[in-house]
Order: sequence, then C-alpha cells, then structure tokens
Amino acid sequence: MMSAPSHLIIAPILIPLLAGALLLFFEDRERRLKDAVSILTSAALVVVAAVLLFRTGADGGRIFVYLLGNWPSPIAINLVLDRLSAMMLLLTAVLALPALVFSIARWQRAGAHFHSLFLFLLVGLNGAFLTGDLFNLFVFFEVLLAASYGLMLHGSGQLRVRAGMHYIVINLAASLLFLIGVAMIYSVTGTLNMAHLAIVLQGLEGESRFMAEAGAGILGIAFLVKAGSWPLNFWLPTAYSAAAAPVAAIFAILTKVGVYVLLRFSLLLFGSEAASTGFGEQALFFVGMATILFGAIGILASQALGRLAGYSVLVSSGTLLAAVGFAQTGVTAGALFYLISSTLTLSAFFMLIELIARGQDPAADVLAVTMEAYGEGEEEKEEAEEVGVTIPETLAVLGVSFAACGILLAGLPPLSGFVAKFAMLTSMFNPDGVGEGVIRHSSWWLASFLILSGFATLIAMTRAGISAFWARIDGEVPRVLLVEMAPVAALLAMTVFLTIGAGPVMRFLEAAAADLHSPQAYIQSVMEAVQAVPHAREVLP
Amino acid sequence: MELLLSLSMGALAGSGVWLLLRPRTYQVIMGLALLSYAVNIFIFSTGRLRVNAPPIVEKGMEVDPAAFTDPVPQALVLTAIVISFATTALFLVVLLASRGLTGTDHVDGREPEK
Repeated sequence: MMSAPSHLIIAPILIPLLAGALLLFFEDRERRLKDAVSILTSAALVVVAAVLLFRTGADGGRIFVYLLGNWPSPIAINLVLDRLSAMMLLLTAVLALPALVFSIARWQRAGAHFHSLFLFLLVGLNGAFLTGDLFNLFVFFEVLLAASYGLMLHGSGQLRVRAGMHYIVINLAASLLFLIGVAMIYSVTGTLNMAHLAIVLQGLEGESRFMAEAGAGILGIAFLVKAGSWPLNFWLPTAYSAAAAPVAAIFAILTKVGVYVLLRFSLLLFGSEAASTGFGEQALFFVGMATILFGAIGILASQALGRLAGYSVLVSSGTLLAAVGFAQTGVTAGALFYLISSTLTLSAFFMLIELIARGQDPAADVLAVTMEAYGEGEEEKEEAEEVGVTIPETLAVLGVSFAACGILLAGLPPLSGFVAKFAMLTSMFNPDGVGEGVIRHSSWWLASFLILSGFATLIAMTRAGISAFWARIDGEVPRVLLVEMAPVAALLAMTVFLTIGAGPVMRFLEAAAADLHSPQAYIQSVMEAVQAVPHAREVLP
Repeated sequence: MELLLSLSMGALAGSGVWLLLRPRTYQVIMGLALLSYAVNIFIFSTGRLRVNAPPIVEKGMEVDPAAFTDPVPQALVLTAIVISFATTALFLVVLLASRGLTGTDHVDGREPEK
C-alpha cells in the first residue's frame, strides 16, 4: 500500500502552483496578503524539501519514484526523487525565501504580478529537478522560462526590456533545439522515460546509435545555452545585471538547472557502463574551461558591480561544466559542494550589489521612475518606513558582507568556497585514495584554471571593494532597511554553516555522486516502480 | 511524401534561421515562428509517416498495433504548438514595449551608426 507521505514528492510542484494561481485573484494593491502568502509558501517548500532530503538520505540512500496517473512503468510519466534532486529542491527553496523577503521592501512594487511569476518560476525549477521524463523536462523548462521572462522584465525600463528581449530570443531558439533533440532521440528509441532510455540506448547499433548520439548532442547544446557556457553566453552578464535584485538572486540557480541536467544525462545515458561511454565528456570539459577563461577575463574587465556578478555566474558554471566533463566521482562530489556554495554566494551578492549601488547608481533613479509610472511614487516614503528600521553602521555591515562574498567567490579559506575547491582539487590529484592512482593530464589544466579564476576574482573584488567603500567621493551612505540586509546575511550565514558542517554535507554529496556514476539503482527503481493500488480495489480479496 | 515533407522542413528552417539573424525585431519573431513550424513538422514525422492509420486504440478490442500510428509524437507536437504559440505572443508584447521605449525596431534598441 502506498502511504500518504509518498505523495509528498509532488508537493514541491503543487504548493507553489496553487499559491501562485491563488494570488492571481488578488489585486497587486493587497501587498501584505501577497507577501504573506508567498513567504509562507516558500517556507513550506523549505520544510518539504528538507523532509524529502532527509528521506532520500535515510537507510543508506533511497530513490522514490512517483507514477503520475498511476500508469505502469516505464509508460508512466514519472517523478524521481534521489539525493541529487532532493538537494537541488532544498537549494531552490533556500534561495527563494530570502529573495522574497528582500522584495518586500520595495521591489515587488515595481511591476505587476511579481509574486505569482516568482512562484511559477519555482514550479518550473522544482519540476525540472524532479522529472524523470524527457518531454516533461521540456514542459517544466518552458514553465520556468516563461516565468523568468516576466521576472526579467519586472520593473521595466529601457535597459531591462532590451536585455530581456535578447534573453527571450536566445531561450526560444534553445527551446527549439531542445525539441529537435528530443524528437531525434524518440525517433530511434521510442521512449522518453530517462531510465528506460538508458537501457534502450545500450542496444542500439549502427545508424540508430548515430542518430541518438546526434540527438543527444543537440539536446546538450540547448542545455549549454541555459548553463551559460561559452560561446553561447554573451547575453548572460547583461541580462543578469539588468534584472531586478531579488530576481537576479533567484536567477542565480537558473544556470545551475542546465548544469544539473547535463550532469544527470551524461552520467545516466553515457556513464561508464552504458554503450556510448564518455560521449560528450571531452566537449563538456573544454567548453567548461573556455567558459572559466571567458568569465575570468570578463570579471577583470568589468566596471560595474552588476556585470562583475554576471561574469562570476559564468565562472561558476564553467567550473561546474568542466567538473562534469572530468567525470570522476570525487570531483563530481566536490563540484556539487561548489554548486551549493557558489549559488548561495551569488544570490547574496546580487542583492548586496543593489544595496551598495543604491547611493551612487542611476539604477535607483530608474526604479523611482518606474514606481512613478505605476502611480506609487507619492506614498513610497511613508511605506518604506513602515516596512522596517534602517540599520545603523550601514557601510560596516555592507563592507563585511562584501568581503565575505569576495572570499567565497575567490575560494579563499576559511569559508565554504575554499572547501569546495579543495575537495575538487584533492580528488583530482588523488583519483583512488590519497597518493594513489594516475593523475590525469587534464587535472593540471583544470587545477590551474580553478586557481587562476579565483585569483582574477580576488583582484576584481578587491578593486571593486576599494572603490565602493574606501574611495567614495560623494560620501553618501545608502539607506538600507533591515528586511533588505537580513536575507543577505542569512544567505552568507548559510555558507558559514556549510563550512562548519562540511563533513556530513560532503558525505551526503559523495553518496549522491556515487549514485550518479553508477546509475543502475536509479534505472532499476524507475523500471520496477510499483503502481499504487486504488482504494476500491484494495478492499477486495 | 517523405521528400515533400523534408523539403518543406528545410525551406522553413532555412528561412527561419536567416530571419532570426536579421536586425529587426519583426524579422526575428517571424524567424522564430517559421523555425517552430519546421520543428513541429519534424516532431510529427518522428512517428513515421502513415496514411489512414488512426492513433487511438478503441477500448476493449483486440488490436493489431501495426494498423495504428504512433500517438506519442502527435501528443508532443500539440504541446509544442501550444507552448511556442504562447511564447511568441509574449515576445510580441516585449517587442512592442521595446519599440515604445526606444522608438526603433532594431534588436539593440538603437539604429546602427552609418
């Protein structure tokens, strides 16, 4: 008998979907209500994701399969929850909550339906992490992209509309590539279920295999666009720096969706025991390295903080892509740690930038203009004071947070950015335990790129920090509210906890990486998933 | 029939890519539309082309699968059509907003310098 908690797997999709739809019935003027509902929703998501994470980690790791519509496997469209997807769900929820709290202060007022769009974005993200079906992955991608188009334009203004237009065109074109890839794979395998696909692919010969590999390659390009890999990423820094701060904060995880899918696919379909072993690994590795290089140069060349953060996103996804292409269990585990750490940091950094730039940047004027356009300009002053108290010693708090972001992004001790890079480097140079195994040629390259990109980040962050905090000519202190500072502090505190709890977290991630590298358990659980017995039939003998 | 379909897909995709790379927003949106038609026909054709074969099996009857066409691509293509229709509509709004804000229909929001 299926117990009720097994339905919890679909909760991360349903909760934000229902809440987001509900909020559409209320006018944007009911701000208190909308704030409350969406914050409660994301808090519920944190709880659900934590419970799911705990359950996947219990008794040596379990994989849960949820058959939608209760069709027999592998025909059923399924949701699959393993360690990796549970981790990504939790990360999404943990990013969403601070971004929503941050938006209370002013940003949600800069446009229509902010909360609904934000919650629909969460639907798409959670769905993409949970689904075990290729076409459903496409649908959830479109859900998250459609919501992200709306959020990208949130706050309007010429800059955002222009950057948003490029963002939309690129992603529409990538979606078409996605469809072509799916269609090609379906035409030779006759299945869209990812686990079933892994089995069918092993039996393919000759032209059919060639067709399937070509399809996978096209699919890979679509995901590389989402992941922001060079040379498909010129839109990214502009788009991310133009987006409103809380939006950019949640966008920090969008590139990681592409990386997540690539990681799962390349190891599930072309892992060590599949037939076309190692297909695309080298390409991923080189593309990742090129992305790191491009991002590092971009970081050094950026003038504005927003663009610096945009290029940091590129460095982060480049590192992850190269680590995926490296295809070694230990490195994958380290990369997952890096994924968590860098996403939290970037999210905090995007919000922090807006606070720092407030006193000195034309972006604040743009916001004021759009607020006027929405007819909220006059009451803005009193409202702002209602929301929270201004924190004293603003510059000191901002400065400390900025320094923490710099340390995290550059990967210096003592924070989690260092732990992540250290974990990756250690596994690279000790492939089979400490001092054992042959060190691959590519290890040296990846190691030097990791360290050099960290160094470039350090230089750029130091320079930006000096000009933002020590060399301010206008001497104006930005006015920062507690509700705006608290989310940044919370995200940074999480990286501190991540550093302190690095042992248990790393053990969990090593298990997740081991699951990924030997996907038999995943395939088996999906193929042998039992249908739920309908209640009516259950009572009969 | 295969030849006709491939040629039309090729023509649609080729024109679509060319238009997508043009500098005017209207050309870009037409390019995206043509590309999505090409992709939709491609998805449809992955179920193999059959004439006079229904996709839906009637309930309770013994059936010979060979007499039926594959229903999955047809379902996929419906979903893909709906999604591309919706995103095109959304892009149209952005296009108009950009035209209103910048006063030009160039994709970069300003006319290239002569």
